[in-house]
Amino acid sequence: MKKSQPQFFNEMQLDIAANSADGVREIYKAYHQWLKHVPHHQLNSKRMEAELLFRRVGITFNVYGENDGAERLIPFDVLPRILSAKEWRHLSTGSIQRVRALNMFLHDIYHDQDIIKAGIMPATILANSQYRPEMFGVDVPNQIYAHIAGVDLVRTSESQFYVLEDNLRTPSGVSYMLEDRKMMMRLFPELFRQYPIAPVEHYPQVLLNNLRAVAQTNVQEPTVVVLSPGAYNSAYFEHAFLAQQMGIELVEGQDLFVRNNAVYMRTTEGPQRVDVIYRRIDDDYLDPLVFNANSMLGVPGLLSVYRNGGVTLANAVGTGVADDKATYIHVPAMIRFYLGEEPLLENVPTYELSKEDDLAYTLAHLDELVVKEVQGSGGYGMLVGPAASKQELDEFRLRIISSPASYIAQPTLALSTCPTLVEEGIAPRHVDLRPFVLSGKTCTLVPGALCRVAMKEGSLVVNSSQGGGTKDTWVLEEEVETPSKSKTNQVEEMVC
Amino acid sequence: MLSRTADHLYWMARYIERAENMARVLDVTYNMSLVPNAAESEAALWLPALEISGNVDAYERDYFNETQQEYTAAGVIHYLAMDMNNPSSIYSSLRSARENARAVRVAMTSETWENINSLWLEFGQFFGQDLSQSGLSEFCDWVKARSHLFRGVCFGTMLRDDAFSFVRLGTFIERADNTARLLDVKYHLLLPEQEEVGGAVDYYEWSAVLRSVSAFQAYQKIFSDTIEPWRVAELLVLRRDMPRSLHACFDEITSILEQLSSSRATECRRMAGELHAKLRFGKMRDIFQHGLHEFLSEFVKANNKLGVEVHKTFLSIS
Repeated sequence: MKKSQPQFFNEMQLDIAANSADGVREIYKAYHQWLKHVPHHQLNSKRMEAELLFRRVGITFNVYGENDGAERLIPFDVLPRILSAKEWRHLSTGSIQRVRALNMFLHDIYHDQDIIKAGIMPATILANSQYRPEMFGVDVPNQIYAHIAGVDLVRTSESQFYVLEDNLRTPSGVSYMLEDRKMMMRLFPELFRQYPIAPVEHYPQVLLNNLRAVAQTNVQEPTVVVLSPGAYNSAYFEHAFLAQQMGIELVEGQDLFVRNNAVYMRTTEGPQRVDVIYRRIDDDYLDPLVFNANSMLGVPGLLSVYRNGGVTLANAVGTGVADDKATYIHVPAMIRFYLGEEPLLENVPTYELSKEDDLAYTLAHLDELVVKEVQGSGGYGMLVGPAASKQELDEFRLRIISSPASYIAQPTLALSTCPTLVEEGIAPRHVDLRPFVLSGKTCTLVPGALCRVAMKEGSLVVNSSQGGGTKDTWVLEEEVETPSKSKTNQVEEMVC
Repeated sequence: MLSRTADHLYWMARYIERAENMARVLDVTYNMSLVPNAAESEAALWLPALEISGNVDAYERDYFNETQQEYTAAGVIHYLAMDMNNPSSIYSSLRSARENARAVRVAMTSETWENINSLWLEFGQFFGQDLSQSGLSEFCDWVKARSHLFRGVCFGTMLRDDAFSFVRLGTFIERADNTARLLDVKYHLLLPEQEEVGGAVDYYEWSAVLRSVSAFQAYQKIFSDTIEPWRVAELLVLRRDMPRSLHACFDEITSILEQLSSSRATECRRMAGELHAKLRFGKMRDIFQHGLHEFLSEFVKANNKLGVEVHKTFLSIS
C-alpha cells in the first residue's frame, strides 16, 4: 500500500501508517479482512470485467468538447465506500431538512417573499439570473419545486460532514448509484452475504410514485414521461435508464406538442395527453417561445401550459435560484426561518467576493482557497489554490478582480479519502457523496448515494467531466451495526 | 407508443436485415469466384452484387479513376462491406442499426440492446482487415449469425406489443425487398433471352442463388430434382413455407398489420392485402407469361410504397 497523507481522514483506516488491523474502522473490519486475502491481480481482473460489462450495457457518457459522439466510461472502482447506519441517519435527516427548507424557500421567493421582508435574504436575490420572473405567482402541486435534489456532501473528519452544494435543477448520477450496486453484487456476491447492505434498487419506484403524486389533482391515472435532450446528451444513458426502470416513455422535444392548454405526445395511435414531465433539459431550452429561441430541444408553448396548470414539470422551472452559490450561503438561515430548526448539516465557510473584506482576504490567500464561479457547475471554471501553478493563480486573480461578484471562495477542505484500486495498487483517493432526496408526497431518500472519487493522486476534483470515477456506497442496515461475524465485545460507536 | 420510437425500432430491424442480405450476396458471389470458369471475368462476376443493391453509379463515381475502370473483387467487397461512404454497406447498416437502437434503448429489452451494442463493438475487429484477401467467409458468417441472434433475442425477450410488431414489420418489408431484388438481378443475368428458359443452366449459379437465401436444402427437399430456374423462382416467390420467400414475408406483414393496435392502419392493411393476394393466389405460369422481371420490379415498387405508407401512418405523425 502507498504511504498515506496523514492530514486526510481515511474512510477505512484511522491510522493507515500502522498498517495493522488496529486502525481499521469498525464498519470496515470485515471488508478489510476480506481485502487482505484477495490478490491484486484478482481485483484487477474484476475491474476489467466490470469495464467490459459497462461497455456492453452502454453505460457511457459523452464528454463535451471532445471529438463528436465519443463515448467514454466513467471509471468504476471495485472498492466500496461504507457508511454506518448512524452516519447515514445523520446525513439523510440533514439532507431532507435542507431540501424541505429549499422547497419552502422556492415557494416563498415566487410568492410572498417573506424571507426578504424579514431581512434574512437580501433583495438582490431577485436580480439573480437564475430567478425566473415567469414563475412569480405560479402555484405548483404540493408546493414542491425540487422533486429530485442531489446534495453534495464531503467529509473532513470522523464527525465532520459539510454540504458542498445543493443540486436542484437536473441533478444526475443516480443511475450510477444503481448500476454500481448491480455490478458489485455481480462481482462480489460473497460480500453481500457477509454485510447487511441496505438495498437501493427501489429508487425508480419511489421516484415514479412521487412524480405521480404531483400531477394536477383532477387526473386519475397520470401519464408521466422523461424528457431528454436526446442520444447525444452526456447523461442520455441515465435518462433512458430511468425511463426504462419506471416503465414510462422517454421523449424528446420533437415528440411533444401543445394544444388547448395541454401537452400531448405523438404516438402511433395518435396524440396522447401528458400530465407530468420529468425533464432533464435546462430551463433555458424548455420552451423556445419564452426562453432560448434557438432551442431545438424544447416544446413551443410548454411554459404557458405549465403556468396554467395543464402539466407538471419536475423539477419546476426556476429552481436554479435556490442552488446558486450566492444563495447557498443563506441555507442555514433558511432552515431556521422556515422550519424553526437548527441545521443538522453544516455549510462550508464561504467568502462572498462581492463583499470588500472577503475579497481582500481571498486575494491575499488565493493559494489556500478554492474559488468557484457563482453559476458554474461540473467542475468547470474552478480554481483549486493549493494545486494551482503561479501562472494559474495570477490569471484567476485577474478574472476575480474584473468581476468579483461572479465568484465565491472557500477554504480548501481536507476531503476524506477512501481506498481505491489504481495502477499502483490500492491507494487513498478523495471522495464525495451525493444522496438523492425525492419530494412529492413525502420527502425521502433511498439508503445509498452516488460516491464520486478523484482517480488522480492528490486531486480534489471528483467530477466525471474531470476524470473522476464512481464507487458503490454501502449503507449498513440499522439493526446490525457490527458486520463482522466474529463476535467481539467492542462497542461500535460513531460520533456524529 | 411514441411515433419516433416506432420509427427507430422499425429502421433498426431493417438495417440489420439489410446487413444480413448484403452479407449473403457477398458470400455467394465470393464462393462463385472460387468455381473455375464460373464467369468470363472478375467484373462480370462482381457487377451483379452491385446491381442488387442499386449501387453501380455510386461505385463508379468513387472507385473508378484513369487507371482503374473495372469492377474488381477487392473494390466491390470493400465497397459493399466496409465503405463508410456507402449508405448501404454492411458497415453503414450496422452502424445505423446501432444508432437507431441507442436512440430508443428504453423501448427494447436490455438484452436486445446489449446484443446490438455488443454487435457493434465486435464489428470493430474487422476494421482495417483486407477482406478480399482472407476472412470474407468468416466475416459474412459473423454478420449472418449476429442477425440471427438479433432476431432471436427480440423474439425471445420482447413483450408482444406494438414495439415488437414494428421490429418485425421492418424485418419483413426489408427482406421482401432484398429477396425480390436478388432474384431479379440473377434471373436477368442468367436468362438474357426469353427462349432460354429451361435451357442449359449453370448449376452453380442457381445453387448459389439458392444458398444466398438459405434455400438450397429446401429446394432439394421439396423438388429432389435438378435445379430449374422456374422452380427457383417459384420457391422464392410463391412458396409460403420458405422463410425468405415473398409470400412468407407477406404472410408476416399482413398479420403484423392486423395485430397493430392502431385504428389508423386501414390503408396499410389494404395495400399489404393486395400484394399478399397476388402471392397467395398467383400461379407461376402466369407470372412467367407476364414476365418475371416485370413482376419483380412491380413488386419492389409496391413494397416500397407500402413502406412509405407505413411511415405516413405510424412513424411521422404531425
